[in-house]
Amino acid sequence: MSATAEMPPKNFEVKPKLDASGQPMGELLEVSMGPHHPSTHGVFRMDVVLDGEEVVKLKPVFGYLHRNHEKIGENISYLSTMPYTDRLDYFCSMTNNWAYALTIDRLAGLAVPERAEYIRVIMAELTRLQNHTCLIGFFVQDMGALGTPMMYAFREREKILDLFESVSGARMMCNYMRFGGVRVDVNDAWLAQAKKVTNEYGKFLDEFEGFLSQNEILLARTQGVGVIPKALAVNASITGPMLRAAGVNYDLRKVDKYGIYSRFDFRVPVGEHGDLYDRYMVRVLEMRESIKILQQALRDIPAGPFMDPKAKLRGFRPKPGEVYGRIEGPKGELGFYVISDGSPNPYRYRIRPPSFINLTILEDMCLGHKIADAVVILGSVDIVLGEVDR
Amino acid sequence: METLEQIKARLEIALPITRLDILPNECPAGERSLVVNAADGFAVAKFLRDDAQLKLDYCSNVTGIDWPQATIKTKIKRKVSVEGVEKEIEETIETLRSGHLEVVYHLYSMELKHGPVVLRLRTGNRTDHTRLPSLTPLWRGAEFQEREIFDLYGVIFDGHPDLRRILMWDGFAGYPMRRDYVAPDDFEYEPTPHDKVLEQAKKHYPAEVKAEAKTEVKP
Amino acid sequence: MLGEQIIKGMAITAKNFFGSYVSKERLTTVQYPEERLPQQGNTRQFPMLVFDGDPEKGLRCVACTICEKECPPQCIYIVKSKDKKPDYKGQPQLYPAIFDIDISVCMSCSICVEVCPFESIKMNTEFELSTDDRFGALLLHKNDLAKSNEYYQKLHPDDAKESDAALAVEKAKAEAKVKAAAEAKVAAEAKAKAAAVAAPAPATPTPTTTSSATPPPAVAK
Repeated sequence: MSATAEMPPKNFEVKPKLDASGQPMGELLEVSMGPHHPSTHGVFRMDVVLDGEEVVKLKPVFGYLHRNHEKIGENISYLSTMPYTDRLDYFCSMTNNWAYALTIDRLAGLAVPERAEYIRVIMAELTRLQNHTCLIGFFVQDMGALGTPMMYAFREREKILDLFESVSGARMMCNYMRFGGVRVDVNDAWLAQAKKVTNEYGKFLDEFEGFLSQNEILLARTQGVGVIPKALAVNASITGPMLRAAGVNYDLRKVDKYGIYSRFDFRVPVGEHGDLYDRYMVRVLEMRESIKILQQALRDIPAGPFMDPKAKLRGFRPKPGEVYGRIEGPKGELGFYVISDGSPNPYRYRIRPPSFINLTILEDMCLGHKIADAVVILGSVDIVLGEVDR
Repeated sequence: METLEQIKARLEIALPITRLDILPNECPAGERSLVVNAADGFAVAKFLRDDAQLKLDYCSNVTGIDWPQATIKTKIKRKVSVEGVEKEIEETIETLRSGHLEVVYHLYSMELKHGPVVLRLRTGNRTDHTRLPSLTPLWRGAEFQEREIFDLYGVIFDGHPDLRRILMWDGFAGYPMRRDYVAPDDFEYEPTPHDKVLEQAKKHYPAEVKAEAKTEVKP
Repeated sequence: MLGEQIIKGMAITAKNFFGSYVSKERLTTVQYPEERLPQQGNTRQFPMLVFDGDPEKGLRCVACTICEKECPPQCIYIVKSKDKKPDYKGQPQLYPAIFDIDISVCMSCSICVEVCPFESIKMNTEFELSTDDRFGALLLHKNDLAKSNEYYQKLHPDDAKESDAALAVEKAKAEAKVKAAAEAKVAAEAKAKAAAVAAPAPATPTPTTTSSATPPPAVAK
């Protein structure tokens, strides 16, 4: 489906198929896969129009978790918004914090010390590991695996969340990054435990892939389903593993080289077909690359300060100006666009949510497939409603 | 990637544009932006997307901003001769900024891996001239984001395939992200009210709030 | 053979399932609430106020209301007292007459802990606080929040050590200042006495001779 100025009008009329004599075969069924649904990854609604089992029209409806975080950000100070950014994409609170801290560091001209940069990379890669693990668990559960792979995934994820809890105090809502560094330092015991978890993760991935990657049921249900052509993926602003599975080599860690990612030796997995199986494999391979980055970072982390001495906690007033800062979150490009007018609160605080924008072509992917595939396709987009609705 | 001045020069040669400015950015780490008239917005964006040197095929972020009517005070230094002696005095100039809504596009290139070019479109005012051209036919990724700006700010995009509310429910009246939006009074009892909530609490539970204020706690 | 990989996958899950009867490592489920996992070192749940010794007189909080201002969801409510009481340095300070935290609003971000300059509000680790009274029972008052320093030391030993060290430094500085002021006063008194002995004040002091070597002993008691 090309995406130039000849887009079809959205509210097009759908009609059931016609039989040999030109009479419509039956009626169309409209189903609301409503907000209370175990497979929709949150309070998300899809109004699908079905011809038998085939999807002929799909309309995503969301906004059930809209808390107007952007307006809250305009009314409270810069530091106070940090705990709210945890609650955007609630699986990946460390990367949300980093994206916001990166933007404000650039806005205020703060220099982050080296140890803090290494700590940030370690936390971000651990977040990527646990996000992709638990996503594969959900993805396979949407296919009907009834929870066993998900429980395996969660068992490993708990080991990483224990690491987060011992350093920042909370499993998921970490509130850990600060402007100019991190909140508290990591000690040697923590680094040793992180090394242990990282080194054992490869073995867990082997076991996990052992019963998933070549599984005939998974192959039959994911290969050739939900294909996006490359041109459409770029035009529809898709980012993250979905884009790379479609064949476009665009990873912000390599393009923008934010933080100290240019020091690490890792590859970017790129898919070929753009279907669901490619997205699954891209995520698995990304996990293996994350393990590599973690091993390098944990080996090379230097001693030193963990916070810029010029950074102020209270009374923080950056000079007027605007900045757009973005990172490669586990779900895609997470960006923050902040306009400051010199006061303690931002003038405009905007979040560029990857899950929200990746949903643009949900209808394109699902048309022509069965309704069971629509559920799995939604699972592969990897949405978290906290980010879609903010 | 070439500088904004070079892009501006090429745009002015290629297209008949009435207004194309470069907006400065006081923050050194941020990017400057191109401000275009609403009538030329679509043509400029199409040029930026299709140009061989720029190839800005990825629209990363579409933001809406509300600039209400305000007086901006800027301090400038002027040299004035007083009794034959040249002195430098500081003056405060007040300019009236008429209210308008603004839409900012951050454009990157996935093919050439450069960017961003920041494009800004402004409406006439905040009440009746709030129409802007939609860039969704050029970048499909702007579809949901423009719907969100319509929902939360009230900017109407001409040429958008499906312009309706996205985050608020259909039938909601008002534009929540505008700076003068007043939330409806849905006060729920809160034990530790502050500021605005305390005002609401006084209206709903006057007896209780007064009683708490009166309690004298003895050491 | 079709289905070979499925059987291989089932072999892995079967190994885990039967292995859970034999090895403790494969049995990952913890039967809460009969069994509990030990909490991690730095875990944080809701704030608490620390006191040294007596819950009323030893409360470290001086009602500066910095935490009330910085709290993102605004869940702290402080009313200052009218009188003052001496703090750990011996200086008279205000104290909070009312200090309420609404834990149904608190999001455990610990920004209040970060900005407190007096080491008086810290994070507690109790989380089994569920009740069926939505408003009253989830509003913690000063006496619910006050916990002793010994409790804090048991909970977070490293943080408590740092906190105590910081307070000891402050106390030492204050004591040094008091001692220096006392010594300065003694020295001034001695100088004044010496000046009074050496040069008795003239009967009619002339206006031009106002420049005196020693400062006038106005403060001498």
